[in-house]
This record gives sequence, structure tokens and C-alpha cells, in this order.
Amino acid sequence: MTVEELHELADRERERQAGVRHRVLYCSAAGCVSCGSHATRDAFKAAFTRRGLTESEVVGTGCMGLCGQGPLVKIHDDGVLYERVDAGLAHRIVDEHLVEGRPVAEHQLDAASPFFASQVKIVLENCGRIDATRIEEYIAVGGYEALARAVAELKPQEVVEEVRKSGLRGRGGAGYPTGLKWDIARKAPAEQKYVICNADEGDPGAFMDRSVLEGDPHRVLEGMAIAGYAIGASQGYIYVRAEYPLAIERLKLAIRQAERHGVLGSRIFESGFHFRIDLRIGAGAFVCGEETALIRSIQGRRGRPQPRPPYPSERGLFGAPTVINNVETLANIAPILRHGSAWFAALGTPRSPGTKVFALAGKIRRTGLIEVPMGIPLRRIIFEIGGGTPEGTEFKAAQTGGPSGGCIPAEHLDLPVDYEALATVGSIMGSGGLIVMDSTSNMVDVARFFMEFSRDESCGKCAPCRVGTVHMHDLLRKIARGRATADDVALLEELCETVKETSLCGLGQSAPNPVLSTLRFFRAEYDALLGPVEVFTPSNPLARGRGPGGS
Amino acid sequence: MAILTLTIDDQPVSGTETETLLEVARQHGIEIPTLCHLDGLTDVGACRLCLVEIEGASRLQPACTTRLQEGMVVRTNTERLQRYRRTIVEMLASEGNHHCAVCVSNNHCELQDLAYTVGLQYVRVPYLYPAKTLDATHKDFVIDRDRCILCSRCVRVCHEVEGAHTWDIAGRGIGCEIISDLKQPWGQSTTCTSCGKCVLVCPTGALFEKGATVAEMEKRTEFLRYIVNARQRREWNPDLLHEE
Ligand SMILES: Cc1cc2nc3c(=O)[nH]c(=O)nc-3n(C[C@H](O)[C@H](O)[C@H](O)COP(=O)(O)O)c2cc1C
Ligand code: SF4
Ligand code: FES
Repeated sequence: MTVEELHELADRERERQAGVRHRVLYCSAAGCVSCGSHATRDAFKAAFTRRGLTESEVVGTGCMGLCGQGPLVKIHDDGVLYERVDAGLAHRIVDEHLVEGRPVAEHQLDAASPFFASQVKIVLENCGRIDATRIEEYIAVGGYEALARAVAELKPQEVVEEVRKSGLRGRGGAGYPTGLKWDIARKAPAEQKYVICNADEGDPGAFMDRSVLEGDPHRVLEGMAIAGYAIGASQGYIYVRAEYPLAIERLKLAIRQAERHGVLGSRIFESGFHFRIDLRIGAGAFVCGEETALIRSIQGRRGRPQPRPPYPSERGLFGAPTVINNVETLANIAPILRHGSAWFAALGTPRSPGTKVFALAGKIRRTGLIEVPMGIPLRRIIFEIGGGTPEGTEFKAAQTGGPSGGCIPAEHLDLPVDYEALATVGSIMGSGGLIVMDSTSNMVDVARFFMEFSRDESCGKCAPCRVGTVHMHDLLRKIARGRATADDVALLEELCETVKETSLCGLGQSAPNPVLSTLRFFRAEYDALLGPVEVFTPSNPLARGRGPGGS
Repeated sequence: MAILTLTIDDQPVSGTETETLLEVARQHGIEIPTLCHLDGLTDVGACRLCLVEIEGASRLQPACTTRLQEGMVVRTNTERLQRYRRTIVEMLASEGNHHCAVCVSNNHCELQDLAYTVGLQYVRVPYLYPAKTLDATHKDFVIDRDRCILCSRCVRVCHEVEGAHTWDIAGRGIGCEIISDLKQPWGQSTTCTSCGKCVLVCPTGALFEKGATVAEMEKRTEFLRYIVNARQRREWNPDLLHEE
């Protein structure tokens, strides 16, 4: 395919869509499917037949965001968004809104409400907007333009420079500057290099990456191809967990379509650049999201971390220089090239430009998937976008970073969400899980829950994490059951320090974070559960005072 | 090859960029405790006992896998490192079923020696007393997993030096264990050559020769150096070759 052909295809698809009488978009992501969006789809189809609206279509899209209020439906004609659309409502919408022109007010969502108005969508710009199973729809909204431009007009070095200037940082948790990573891999002298997309998403409760893969898979493929061009790789792998069957299906389809259209494979856009992408399915161990373990897993070996350095960008997959990036990181690449690094750098904060996708969960009124500019205060995410805690309870803490992160208490709610700010309160940005806790949550139990997770997911390679997580968990359980003393807490703190400082990989190094942060901000909850330190007192009055140190 | 100079524990030392901190430290008489490291095997950085402080580095680094860099300033024995090492040995002691007094390797055990070196006198956490298995199906050797500390030396020597890859690790986290072949009894292994290298490199009494009783099982690890030198560097005593 040539660039001209890409544009023609885009025009054709846009014309096709304009020719459709009514376009109804329904959310076909896991959240809405589980509350019945397939029945909603069928009802719309039946209603179209019933009313004789033949040139209309019902289109399944990626996640529309308000997962707690599904099934969600959007009328493409005028942009009206509906919540809780069951089959009956689907018929009403066709009759009243599409035919008679009177939207069904009770179920309409207000696009000007803070939930929508406070968000900025880059990564999720197409989620809920296009049919993820058709490459034409992605191309019609500007897809593969960035790749075409990179290949035709930019030198690999210039692509890296553009990404570096954008200030994009890795969204997989650690926030490492993406441009720098690419530059190291680009400069590494090697015939063969690789690009890996980390789609292992193992944090409990997180579904940001899955939503992107299901709702807009081509965006990730395009980001990977651009990365391949920039560093000189001709092969990419997507490591996706087996628990994401829909994402896998969508990716397979997307890769086939992209190859057929010549935007992946040999001589991309008639240039000398070749790039293939293959899938590798992970068996679901959390530690396989760690980059060195992931690489070994792709090689067919046990997924165990390796000491770094060497970093993958120097010696990675099969010993070759390898760029490994998170799904969300790669999803930002095409927009950066399309709109320019300056545009991206101006979003968010100077240290952490761009946006971040979060999965809102826990004791919050509006749960779902959101994308906000970096630097937005936590308070706005929780109260404006999330609507605060349920009736009658009070906000207590926000947990970010899952088992590697910490709990942020109410007094730090004005903290801007960026990598450094979250680190100052002992948490991390993490991959985007955000769990809200209210006055009914027990913080010792929260710490115990995450430690149980780390214990169960420890790979067992290094001694401090393998054994330390067991003892830390047992101590937390002892405290939670009211059987511990201040000595146990002191021992717990010491173990936290040792495991954090001496473990081999990020799993062990960050496993103590939930304990350390709850001890820092909610120590009173621990203290309230402690019994007195037992001291032996002889019952015989004659013996009293004659022990060691007695008179 | 360029010679690099650096400082370890205030002592100026030198080496080449292919050498590790552990190698040069030992050449200069600076002792760093190790457990998973063994001369002649690939290092995996798993036991974390050899961690050292490097000025300017954000984290502690294992001496066994860290290559020299010009001008490094390294500390191997600070109060903090001593404390961490003691806690790590404490973790290992609590993890298995270690009863020195009745062990085949009593007094010849690297874990026991380490406990003395790091000053571990008391284990503050409860012993885990895991339910581990013993396998005496091999004609010459026994594996008693109660005493295994998962250093993976046996796995590596079998794979890297003998080329048999009989041993591997199954399970994860605290449930990890050393298995032969696909978790068959050792005596039924079709890959084991009965060479006994695994027994010789095992730091504890987990792998031992049949017939050894309390405190009788002494291990030798020097053989590895000779084999590795002969195979990889083709260094051996040429006179021996011509002997009948
Ligand atoms: C235990 C552990 C689990 C991880 N899981 C993931 C994951 O599921 N997805 C991910 O993108 N990164 C994960 N990471 C981070 C990766 O190691 C790596 O830093 C990341 O993929 C780099 O991509 P980025 O620079 O685009 O963030 C994990 C790290 C650790 C230590
Ligand atoms: S820190 Fe935990 S997960 Fe990471 S290598 Fe060590 S044992 Fe494995
Ligand atoms: S000897 Fe270096 S980590 Fe074990």
C-alpha cells in the first residue's frame, strides 16, 4: 500500500459511514458484555428490521468508560450516550430517538458532566468510537498515518528524537523515559533487534491494557511498527496473557488485516522497512510481566527474572537488543508522531507529560475506565470523576500501583498524579489500578491482602522475596487476628526493609510497599490490634524483685 | 583488554571489564559471603548474600554478577549489609527443616558456616517446617529436600557442565522444589548419568552419597575448575595426555 492508497481507503470508509442512515455504537467490552450488551445489540437489529430502517448499522466498540452503568450505547448520528440499555430500551431508543427525534431523557448521560469533561483522551480516543474488528475504521480516523509518515519522511534517529522530546515515560509502572530506551536500542550494534509489547497486565483489578487491545488493537500495532522502524527491528512480539481471550482474538484479526493491507509485513508503504508481529501467550504468572522474566518466557524457558544490567535494550530477547514497552506506552506513539512532540509535552506536567489511563474501582460511585491528564489532583479523580464514596461513608484512602504500590490518605488528596509526587508518599503510579477505600475498609487487611498476592506470585528465585513474603504475610495475619505485640510490628518493619532492599526484581523490591505505606499513614489501626508485650511475672511474691536486675 | 581500577573497601584494586566484583574482591583477599555462586558455573544472582554498596548506584548490586567499571567505589561489609545478610540467612534457616546435629553434612555445610559468619544465633520468625520429600531411589545418591536451599547449583552443574539437565525447579515461590526429569523418582530418570556432580556442588546435606551418616558427607567443589578449564580454555596438563 502507498500513502495515497491509505488516504483513499480512509476517504472511502468515511463516505461509507456518512451514507449509513443510523449508526448505533454499543460497548462490546467485557464489562458491558457481562451485563448483557449482546442482547442490546440484537434488540437494536430487530428494531431496525421492525421499523424498516435498512441502511442502519449496529457496531460493537471498545470500552466506553462507565463500566458500572452498562450496557452503554452511543448514537453516532448526534453523539447521544445512553446508560443501562436493555432490550426494551433499545426498541424505545429506535422508536423515540431515531424515528421521532426525541432522545430518551431518563437514560441519557450528560456529556458535559465532570465524568466526561475532566477527561482527556489520547490512548482511549478510539475506544467506544470505532469497530475494533475493521481496520478500515481505524484508518478512517487517521490510523497508520503516523507510520506512513515515519517511514516515508523521517530517519529512524528522527523518530527516536521526536519520542524523546515528547517526554513520554513508560506506562508499565516504572516511568522510564521511552525515547531514551529506544535510543539505547537504536545505537546498539546488532543485525537483529526486537520490539516487545508487554500485555501481561497482572495487577489485580487492572484492565487498562486489555481495554486498549480489545477496543483499538491497531493503535498498538502501529506503535510497535514505529518502534521497530526507529530502532532497526524487523520482528515484534506481543506477550499477552491467556486470560484475555477476546484481546487475543482481536489482535490476531488485526495483525491479519494489517498484513493484508501492507501496513505490516514486507516493504511497508513500499519502503525497505519490514516488520512482522507475532503473539506469545502467557500462562498468567504475575512475575512474567517483569521484563527479563517475560523475555525468558518468550524463549520458552521458565519465567524467572534475571539481574539487570544488562538491560534488555542492550541484551534482550535471544541476546539481541530489545525494546520492551507497555501497551499504553505504545498506544501513545502514533498520536505523538501525528500531532508532534511539542503537543504531547504540553499536556500533563513537565516531568510527566501526557495522560494516564486508570481503572477506577472499590468504594466509589462511578467505577470504570478513565483517562486524565498527568498532574490532575487525586481529589478531582475521586470526587469529580468518580463521584466520591457511596452514601453514608467517608473517603479513607486511595490505593495506586496494586501490590507494588501504597495507600494514599485523605490528607494527601491534593497531590498531583505524577510519578514523582506519588513516590513522595510511598506509593507508585503503577500501571493504572486505582482502588478507593472508605471508612469501612480495614487497612491492616488491605496490606495483608496484597502481601498474600505477592507471596503467591513470588517466583521463588531469590531468598528474601521467596521466604520474606511468607513471614511478612504471617505477621500481618497475626496482627489482624489481634494476637501480635509491638515486637511483631518491629520485626515486620525490619523484614520489609530487607526484602525491599535485597530482592532481585521489582516484585520483591516493591512487595513491602503496601505494608510500609499503611504503617506510615494508618499506624493507629495496627496499634489498636496489638496486645501487650508479654513479660514474665512470677506468681510467688517472694521471687518478685529478685530476678535479674532485681534488688 | 583495558585494565580498570576501582576501590573496594577503601582498597585500590584492578581488573578487567570481563571480571566480576566478586572475582577481583577475592583475588585481593576481600571476603564476600556467597551461596548460589560457584566458580565454574554461570552466576544467577539469586541468594542475594553477596550484595554490595556501589557509590552512585540506586540499588545494592550482587557482586557475583556485577562487572567492573572504571572508578567504582564499592563497600562490601557495612553495618547495613551485615544486617541484611543475617536476615537472609535467617530466612533460609526458617524455610527448610535444618537439624544440624543429625545431618550428614554437619560441620561441612555452607549454610551452617554462613550462619556463623553472619552471626546468626537465633531465628526470630517461626520455623515453617514445610512438608518436604526425600528420594532415595537412585542407586548411589539421595536427595533430601528438607535441607535444600534452592541455590540451583545442582541444576546448573547438570545442565552446563554435565549436559544432562536432569535437575530443574518446579513450582513457584515458597512451593519451589528441585525435581528430576519431569518430576519422576530420581532412580527412574532417563537423563541422569550418575556422574555425581550435583552431589559434590550441593552446599548443604540435601544431596548426599548413600551410606553417609551424620557429619560424614564432605563435598568437593574444586573439580569444577579443572573441568571447566579443560573444556572451555583447553587448559590441562599436557604430560598427562601422553601417559599410558
Ligand atoms: C513483578 C512485575 C510485574 C510487571 N508486570 C507488568 C505488566 O503486567 N505490564 C507491563 O507493561 N509492565 C509490567 N512490569 C514492568 C516491566 O518490567 C517493564 O518495566 C515494562 O514493561 C516496561 O515498559 P514501559 O517502559 O513502557 O513501562 C512489571 C514489573 C514487575 C517487576
Ligand atoms: S524478587 Fe521475588 S519474584 Fe523477583 S526474582 Fe526474587 S523471588 Fe522471584
Ligand atoms: S552469590 Fe551472588 S547472589 Fe548468590
